[in-house]
Amino acid sequence: MNKLSNTNQHRGPVLQGLARPVLVSAVFFMLVSGIGYPLLTTGVAQLLFRDQSEGSMIARDGQVVGSAIIGQDFTKADYFHPRPSATSAPDPSDPSKSVDQPYNAALSGASNQGATSKKLIEQVKTRVEAYRQENGLAADAGVPVDAVTASGSGLDPHISVANARLQADRVAKARGLPTQQMLTLIDQQTSQRQLGMLGEPRVNVLQLNLTIDARSAKPNAARHD
Amino acid sequence: MFDDLLQFVVVLGVMTGLVAVLGKWLTHVFVSPSHGAPERWTYSLLGIDPAEVMSWKRYGMVLLLSNAAMMILGYFLLRIQDYLPFDSLQRAAQGPDLAFNTAASFITNTNWQSYSGETSLSNFSQMAVITFLMMVSATTGVAAAGGFIRGLSRKKSSDIGNYWVDFTRVIYRVFFPLCFVMALVYVWQGMPQTLSSGAIATTLEGVKQQILMGPIASLESIKHLGTNGGGFFGMNSAHPFENPTPLTNTLHMLSMLLIPSALTFTFGSMLFRRRQGWAFFAAFLVMFVGFLALVYSAEQNGNPLLSTAGADQQRSVFQPGGNMEGKEMRFGIAQTSLFVAVTTAATTGSVNAMHDSLTPLGGLVPIAEMMLNNVFGGDGVGLINLVTFSILTVFLVGMMIGRTPEFLGKKIEAREMKLVMLAVLAHPFSILGFTALAAVLPSTLDSLANQGPHGFSEVLYAYTSGTANNGSAFAGLNANTPFFNTTIGFAMLIGRYLTLLPMLAVAGSLAAKKSVPEGPGTLSTSTPLFTGLLVFVIIVVGGLTFFPALALGPIVEQLLMSTGQLF
Repeated sequence: MNKLSNTNQHRGPVLQGLARPVLVSAVFFMLVSGIGYPLLTTGVAQLLFRDQSEGSMIARDGQVVGSAIIGQDFTKADYFHPRPSATSAPDPSDPSKSVDQPYNAALSGASNQGATSKKLIEQVKTRVEAYRQENGLAADAGVPVDAVTASGSGLDPHISVANARLQADRVAKARGLPTQQMLTLIDQQTSQRQLGMLGEPRVNVLQLNLTIDARSAKPNAARHD
Repeated sequence: MFDDLLQFVVVLGVMTGLVAVLGKWLTHVFVSPSHGAPERWTYSLLGIDPAEVMSWKRYGMVLLLSNAAMMILGYFLLRIQDYLPFDSLQRAAQGPDLAFNTAASFITNTNWQSYSGETSLSNFSQMAVITFLMMVSATTGVAAAGGFIRGLSRKKSSDIGNYWVDFTRVIYRVFFPLCFVMALVYVWQGMPQTLSSGAIATTLEGVKQQILMGPIASLESIKHLGTNGGGFFGMNSAHPFENPTPLTNTLHMLSMLLIPSALTFTFGSMLFRRRQGWAFFAAFLVMFVGFLALVYSAEQNGNPLLSTAGADQQRSVFQPGGNMEGKEMRFGIAQTSLFVAVTTAATTGSVNAMHDSLTPLGGLVPIAEMMLNNVFGGDGVGLINLVTFSILTVFLVGMMIGRTPEFLGKKIEAREMKLVMLAVLAHPFSILGFTALAAVLPSTLDSLANQGPHGFSEVLYAYTSGTANNGSAFAGLNANTPFFNTTIGFAMLIGRYLTLLPMLAVAGSLAAKKSVPEGPGTLSTSTPLFTGLLVFVIIVVGGLTFFPALALGPIVEQLLMSTGQLF
């Protein structure tokens, strides 16, 4: 029936002779694709891109202050604030429960609240009011949506340009710098669309705050004990 | 608006350009007569004869048994995780129901995760269980597509090829090289690839921040090339370490689409019917663009309730606007909407935004794409599903116009139609059956994160995702309960093997038939007319089956949202 002379149609029972290949293939391909491939990739990646492969960590004065691509929480007036984060952590007093801990990079998390969730809409209302008050906005001013919604990872390192600009005045006052200088720094720290077209223009909050710390004679240097 | 359209056009354009390139390579992989040295060495290690040809029954049995062995190995490694090396954080092993769910999930290419990677898996498990199962399940799907196409292309033959040869070639010639190169690109863009478990930073405000990492890039590349989708971290590709830049996001999407779309070319090429391949590709693309338009407009229009609360969702030069809850700033609305449409089309199931927080109509798109299950579809199985529906279409159209149903020169008879109907019905049976079961159990309410119709959508999404072997979730649902772990585990197995095996049987049955010459009574299946009919049949059959369930969930929620109703 087969035209090709070098092929053999299996004639016996369907299961015949399968035990060895089935068992050996499971272990063999586990070793090759589950151990060999990731280890080889790790070796080469560490050689070529040492910094990125270890998480793009940033050090200042010899101390690791975070990762360039992982967001961290800022609440003080003299720093730009990131987006709300819905991450949590195990409650120290009762590990079976969890407590809110924004920007917990050991456990990414989102609100997972749907569009008609009362909890979500109440939260957004509270955040809108807090944002207006912090930044001295009018009572009916629209607040950029990214400033009042939690990100998908809870670790979003970026805010929108609109959000950064609205905070410029507050940070400038707290630092005793002209607002114009803040706006210039925001411009400098804005990442444009990648390759000119991909993604959105955005500002990395940690990088911006590091630049500001470097620029202003820190009235708050004592903080870094 | 223009910026967004440009991104869509670029991604779909590059994808289309790659169809022929990879399609040709896959054809070569399936038909090339010579074996490479590592392949020959592997065959002798496994103790198999590469020249053996298999009937569909033996091919399917080997596929099933080798998958079973790999699943059991994965299960076992998960259960003894705490005795294995490489984990400074000493994460506990998974319990029996969770480990069953995880192993079933990854061997079926679903990648549903009832656990969070950060708390549940060591770096060793991420490599030796997750990366391993991702690699072999994707390979299984592509190999099966190879056997399937070979069956359709044969005349009066009783075999559909050799599973071991297909499997070994696909993993050596396609997945290893592609994954390795892609992983290095990802690391260059900022994805960690390390054996260390993490680092501790002191933030500018003086708080300790523990930052977890691991061998992420090698997992991410197979996760998307293999249309797997399970994340290293709980929040999957929304996590900056899994998806640091818009470029990685774009590469993720292109990776997911690469093999499903290229297989249409391989199909046309192996059957010497190139136009047939492009007719299928067109059917995929038409449905995809429709769904993309729906999710993009819904998300960019945003949530009126957020506007009432004072949020500004207007798009401007300074912000993307739209519904940003659960989304990442670097992706905005355009890259997120595209990702939503791609990940559920290609049944990958990775997410770069939380689908639970999409607007109701936006959230309908992933559910509907998974229900249809053949808008591109997963590696290998998407094409097989589309062929299933093509056979259904020639049958229905044949009935209407009184022509003998023929497909690719073979008569479609009662036996094939029975198998096709088994494959077509297993899917809604699992989705709707399990959803109905969960909906009447009072304990389900404890697992919901949202009330009202959205709560129902969470359950519907879970079983649709499991059955379609997608793996994404309305992640608010707490599915890590014995009931959900077990039923979703079964939904995944039903969805994978009860559609794959009947269709291998169809291929085997068609391979044994002689070819009938095309006559004036033959309905050509490579014309735009047929593509239109095919899309129509998919939408009508899918719509009739699933519309009632969708009406109870996302549709009613959209209506209530516009009236301002909260839950």
